[in-house]
Amino acid sequence: MGVLHHIGQYFLLLVKIFKKPEKKSIYIRQLILEIEKLGINSIGIVAIISVFMGGIITLQLTYNMASPLMPSYIIGLGNRDTLILEFSSTVLSLMLAGKVGSNIASELGSMRITEQIDSMEIMGVNSASYLILPKIIAVVFMSPFLFIISVGCGLIGGLITGPLSGAVTVATYVTGITTLFVPFYVYFSIIKTFVFGFLISSVPAYLGYYVQGGALEVGRTSTKAVVNTSILILFFDLVLTQLLFK
Amino acid sequence: MIEIKNIVKSFDGREVLKDVSTVFEKGKTNLIIGQSGSGKTVLLKCIVGLFDIDGGEILFDGRNNASMDFHERGLLRQEIGMVFQNGALFDSLSVEENVRFPMDMFTEMTIKQKLERLNFCLERVNIKDSNHLYPSELSGGMRKRVAIARAIALNPRYLFCDEPNSGLDPVTSILIDNLIKEITAEFDITTIINTHDMNSVMEIGDNILFISEGEKGWEGNSSQIFNTHNKKLNAFVFASPFSKQLKEIKQMEDDE
Repeated sequence: MGVLHHIGQYFLLLVKIFKKPEKKSIYIRQLILEIEKLGINSIGIVAIISVFMGGIITLQLTYNMASPLMPSYIIGLGNRDTLILEFSSTVLSLMLAGKVGSNIASELGSMRITEQIDSMEIMGVNSASYLILPKIIAVVFMSPFLFIISVGCGLIGGLITGPLSGAVTVATYVTGITTLFVPFYVYFSIIKTFVFGFLISSVPAYLGYYVQGGALEVGRTSTKAVVNTSILILFFDLVLTQLLFK
Repeated sequence: MIEIKNIVKSFDGREVLKDVSTVFEKGKTNLIIGQSGSGKTVLLKCIVGLFDIDGGEILFDGRNNASMDFHERGLLRQEIGMVFQNGALFDSLSVEENVRFPMDMFTEMTIKQKLERLNFCLERVNIKDSNHLYPSELSGGMRKRVAIARAIALNPRYLFCDEPNSGLDPVTSILIDNLIKEITAEFDITTIINTHDMNSVMEIGDNILFISEGEKGWEGNSSQIFNTHNKKLNAFVFASPFSKQLKEIKQMEDDE
């Protein structure tokens, strides 16, 4: 099937997803469950990765930018801006595409091949809306929080490794992370996390919802979902950077 | 009563259903039989609305499915209960939540009313003390029973079963067959069963529609099946030496 067919089918699915819910209370219950499953359950891995990445960025900056002409607070500043501009929005979203995206694709794919989705349709339930809408809202809603947690943990990672490696003192590092702060960088990254959150939930949902075949196809679709979502995240990162920094 | 008139359905230019017409009567167990790939599952999915038909009409007690708008179709679907081949129970929900699901979605019943209806449905299919089990903890027969309980939760007017006996032992198959037949008579609903289980054909076949290569090959009931001269039907129903012998004995008895 061609790319145009997929794009068309994807938008038709979105129309179906955003139709008026049958019963709001059931959707709200589903939303709370999805927030826990897709968002809150991701906090641990986001924190661990961010602490390590913050530490690594600090060390890399120390080893590569050590110069008598550079003030040492540049290490804290560099770590902060790298985390805000790219790591905690884009790289973290790529990681979430792997964790959350594959989860969504395999869950919906399994439901499709075991006729659970057909069963909902026959009951008169808008299966696309019931199954996918809470996931999209949950991921889009949680993405900015995960971004903030990631930035915080990354800065803590730098605060631990910087002074421990002897590259920078705590005071200089703190000076670095509070100097020349540009609030627009945060707004820019939060806009990105909304877009990436939508991609992370809707693209795997589309692929999982329309899977055909058996368990093997569900596995393949799960992989395909991660790859396609990652490419789209990078593409939209490029587009948004060009648009918002112009 | 469900009436289908001149149903045509194709996939990628290949005609799977060719001008199929019949009437599925209310209060009776209507069976669709046929070889694998004959088009019986496609016919069932066309009737329930999972596939759109290319031509013909499907009338649910005189109401034409094709001329209904989205809202009307939604309401019609709430009158339909379906039991899938493997039950199609929602993995993430317990037995109780599975059966309660249609009530949660489409009714304004109180928690107490839902619980009463839920217990009634589970007792009706002889499931006890399993409310908090998950589908993965159930046997094949129990899954089918829970699926039947879920299908009848909203008092449907039409019940569809896609190969309800597949993967079950003969004893459990008979129990499931009898359960479907009892429910059909008790609630006076129109039941359509898609099967290739010959025990079901003989035991509960009030009306039997034989589909062969996408066409209506034969129509009748379980007693008429022994006396038919339809070659394709005989080749399908009496395929094994045992069933051939059975037919000969039955014919000899009838002759005497």
